[in-house]
Amino acid sequence: MLELFQGPLFISILAAMVRIATPLLFSAMGELVTQRAGIWNISVEGTMLLGAVVAYVIASSTGSPWLALLVAVLACALLSLILSFVTIVLKSEQFIAGLALNLLASGLTLFWFQTYIIGRDPPKFAGFEAVEIPYLSDIPVLGTVLFSQRVLTYVSFLLPLAVWFFLYRTRYGLEVRCVGENPKALDVKGLSVGGRQCLAIMFGSVMSGFGGAFLMLGYSDRFVPDLIAGRGWLVVVAIIAGNWMPFRVVGAIFIFALLEAIGIHAQVVGVSIPHHVFLVLPYVASLVLLAGLRSRTHQPVALGIPYRRE
Amino acid sequence: MENLLSVQNLTKRFGAVTANDNVDLDVRKGEIHCLFGENGAGKSTLSACLYGYYRADSGVIRFKGQVAELNSPADALRLGIGMVHQHFVLVENFTVLENIIVGSPDLGILLSKSAARRKVEELCLRCGIELDLDREIWQLSVGEQQWVEILKALYFGAELLILDEPTAVLTPQQSDQLFVILDGMRRQGLSIILISHKLREVMQSDRVTILRKGKVVATVETSTTTAEAITALMVGHKVTKRVSDRSVTPGREVLVVDRAVAIGEWGEEVLCDVNFTIAENEILGLAGVAGNGQKELFEVLMGVRTLSSGGFHLNGEAIVAPTSREMLDRGVGLVPDDRFREGLIPEFGIAENLVLGWQRKPEYRRGPFLDRGKINALAAHKIDEFRIVAASADLPVERLSGGNAQRVILAREFLHARGLLLANQPTRGLDVAASEFVYEKILEKRAEGFAVLLASEELDDLLRLCDRIAVIFKGKIMGIVQPGETTLLELGMMMAGNASNLGGQVNDFSSKALRQ
Repeated sequence: MLELFQGPLFISILAAMVRIATPLLFSAMGELVTQRAGIWNISVEGTMLLGAVVAYVIASSTGSPWLALLVAVLACALLSLILSFVTIVLKSEQFIAGLALNLLASGLTLFWFQTYIIGRDPPKFAGFEAVEIPYLSDIPVLGTVLFSQRVLTYVSFLLPLAVWFFLYRTRYGLEVRCVGENPKALDVKGLSVGGRQCLAIMFGSVMSGFGGAFLMLGYSDRFVPDLIAGRGWLVVVAIIAGNWMPFRVVGAIFIFALLEAIGIHAQVVGVSIPHHVFLVLPYVASLVLLAGLRSRTHQPVALGIPYRRE
Repeated sequence: MENLLSVQNLTKRFGAVTANDNVDLDVRKGEIHCLFGENGAGKSTLSACLYGYYRADSGVIRFKGQVAELNSPADALRLGIGMVHQHFVLVENFTVLENIIVGSPDLGILLSKSAARRKVEELCLRCGIELDLDREIWQLSVGEQQWVEILKALYFGAELLILDEPTAVLTPQQSDQLFVILDGMRRQGLSIILISHKLREVMQSDRVTILRKGKVVATVETSTTTAEAITALMVGHKVTKRVSDRSVTPGREVLVVDRAVAIGEWGEEVLCDVNFTIAENEILGLAGVAGNGQKELFEVLMGVRTLSSGGFHLNGEAIVAPTSREMLDRGVGLVPDDRFREGLIPEFGIAENLVLGWQRKPEYRRGPFLDRGKINALAAHKIDEFRIVAASADLPVERLSGGNAQRVILAREFLHARGLLLANQPTRGLDVAASEFVYEKILEKRAEGFAVLLASEELDDLLRLCDRIAVIFKGKIMGIVQPGETTLLELGMMMAGNASNLGGQVNDFSSKALRQ
């Protein structure tokens, strides 16, 4: 067990953690903005799946991972319009809408995948390659862990900074937070609550699209139906565990990612603990984090409450 | 003086109900104009039309001489009409400054708070408002939160400010402070529409427009009229306010509360060392701003909150670890402050609500089944006795007005209670006539020999009804006073946490208005 934390294996674990964290960071930062605007979008899982399958189909048929990424993200943006319509225009219960969207996305994507591969082996494709950052990637340990990754990983690590800056240092961020806390306060000043929520949902879905597409294009060579494997739900938990604050959410995600990375490597090294134990670790950790939350909640007050002018 | 706002023939209907019927209203530049009327007289609807929340069905609104097209609150704000809502529209987790500036178009993409801060500080200075702009709303007192609301409107350039019952949640001192601020604004040339049904506020305005059943009854210069005249105009006839019959004197002690201490959700003391007694034929008033432990005290006495130390006696018996059923069985009646959430089940009919909590009583059932016939007969009788306006006994109480819903609760509690009545804010939100009905019934119970605990924010009412008044502040009883030997000012000081020492510098608007 101890050998996990020594030498090259430990570096490999850290590098895996960074890789595993990438799609989670995308989805979580998107979901964070959505939730700060007062919308519980629990369809992260389904959205990521849609992003992944679209990315797969486009990448394997055109050979261009960048085109695949673009189309996947657009597909997720379109999907978000359904949620916006149901939650903002029809003002339905957001949990139910999110659940329905998850079911829709998984059914739709699997059906589409099955028709796509009918009568042949699932085609393979070329995904993103690692891009080493000159000089920085030569730093021992850190260079391998942080600066020999995919382009999207670099983006995902800058994303929390950008989201934090948006939420706390821009006028629009203040307005988005206001919508999540007390939408009427913005409405009486003549600004559109629904418009902001719609954009926030779309941003969240687009980010989940990035997350799903990266899972597909970053490290796999073919699509499998359980590619997302609960990561979308983990993201929702990370938001709660991170108390709706950008950097704490990032912290929660790194804990999850580290546990998963250890799990994978333990399997390789042949630690005597059954590897299933490691597989459940992130989920156990999320439960412990949830149960252990004691500090003043920063949950947006109006989260999940459809806004109506009375 | 020129008119800033003029409204002509404004009509607003909701279905078959005409909320505003051909209303005319003029507001001059630099005046405090009061809209006075009972609940449902159309004050709020009128103001909602003025700030663009509702669209009037017909009529013309002119602002600064121009016809104003008000399709949304934003339109009104753009013209210079600002609204301060009765229930504050503030973001609890934002700072004062953030609440004021959010949504402002001239902030720039990157929040440039320093320019905004200077503008807000200047506004504060002009109006005489002292506020720490970096504190978050939840850290402010209710009075301060109101100033944030006012600043919000002024920041967006409001020249006409509409305040909807601004003092409903304030102590008398905070109200006085508010009026000092409003007076400062008036001198700056701003106009204020003040919606109120409190006489002592109306008397501080320049002019008052009285509404009754959606129509304007009169607009008068306040200096040329009296409080009685305005009330008579509002109600349509003269109101006789009931007072306690002082010849009935309290008998033996019914309730004795002894050093009661209760701990709240966050470990803070919500009741600290509370001592008082109530006797037969006695009404003990409980004065205090909402949220100072009244609710917790009632919960303790009803057996739904446990004391951490101390206790209470009922009819000479010590009550140990009571349940609410035990308290009901001991004859305690409760009129809770939130009638639709704690007093009634909104979806249930009048008849069902009348036996709620007593449904197991043999009279109301036949074996395991409810005796519908008897319950309905009882309901018919009570609807008659309490003059409840309802189409049938099965009507869900959520469709009743506040006054009628309160009558259902009174009917139930008076039917079952024996000896002790606990009434928490029984007239909250009720108009003059409905309030007087509630008081009439409570006084009847006093005459019958009940001990009554009556919590209210209406100090004038407490003074005329109660035998003694206890003042509660942050869970502590600041003192128990005799109505005949105390003034509104003294009560107000105690409500704000001052035990006895009275400063002479406070503007005594309240007692002045009372003398008029």
